[in-house]
Amino acid sequence: MKKVFERPKSLTKDPFTYCPGCHHGIAHRLVAEALDDFGVREKTIGVCPVGCSVFAYVFFDCDMICAAHGRAPAVATGIKKSKPDSIVFTYQGDGDLASIGTAEIVHAANRGENITVIFINNAIYGMTGGQMAPTTLVGQVTQTSPYGRDPKTMGYPIKVAEMLSTLKGVAYISRVALSKPAYILKAKKAIKKAFQTQVEGKGFSLVEVLSTCPTNWGLSPIEANKWLEENMIPYFPLGEFKTPEEVS
Amino acid sequence: MAKIVVDEERCKGCELCIPVCPKHIIVMSENFNKKGYHSAKQINPEECTGCAFCAMTCPDVAIEVFK
Repeated sequence: MKKVFERPKSLTKDPFTYCPGCHHGIAHRLVAEALDDFGVREKTIGVCPVGCSVFAYVFFDCDMICAAHGRAPAVATGIKKSKPDSIVFTYQGDGDLASIGTAEIVHAANRGENITVIFINNAIYGMTGGQMAPTTLVGQVTQTSPYGRDPKTMGYPIKVAEMLSTLKGVAYISRVALSKPAYILKAKKAIKKAFQTQVEGKGFSLVEVLSTCPTNWGLSPIEANKWLEENMIPYFPLGEFKTPEEVS
Repeated sequence: MAKIVVDEERCKGCELCIPVCPKHIIVMSENFNKKGYHSAKQINPEECTGCAFCAMTCPDVAIEVFK
């Protein structure tokens, strides 16, 4: 018998510190597999966010830097400018990218920085204990929206992929989910395409990954997958919003 | 012939691998691992097709697939 599925080489042997059923682990594996596939691990520099995935520097077996909250795209810009041959990616959650780091991500995208951004959207602040995030759905109950998100006072969830795809500097943007194998296979393709965009020097690439936070949603991992498919996907449609061919 | 090998100490018992198995041959072990979780285990390995859906879904990359 031959081994047909194993832990990618770009992941260290350390066990993940995430809660049971958290999709961070699947997203980490897909990123690591993309680095393995392109053979770029030795020249890759990743930028960790603030949030649960701040420990990504323990799990990825490549050079990693941890940026201040939301500033990962700015730090990644600096790395790419000073070491243009390296492959630079940021791994950010929704509190990091869509809230405190909105300015950094919009301008990095607008400048068309040749970096890859993996954006984990779980509609809630995970590490800090389940507060409302900019991506929290209308009516969703969180610690800071105990009666559900009311758009009259709290606004509507930000669709980051759609918003950034209007910028001319952006080369590749897609939104994927990780709640079932069919989606995971599509997510793998999208993350590979995002890194390919960078390897070929075509410009800014971002993959928005819809993922679950069973702990803060108060659901079991299986119920959380169902909740994601029933509630998040209708509001955050999956698919590619921009591909490199469109860059003029 | 195919089989899966679950790293019991990595498994956190989230049970996500159970519904994705098309042959329904993954169950939770009755034993605890060092972290205190029931880990996943395969029953009736002769039915395994090596589709790797369980390994793909595992958030802790605790499953290896042989075919």
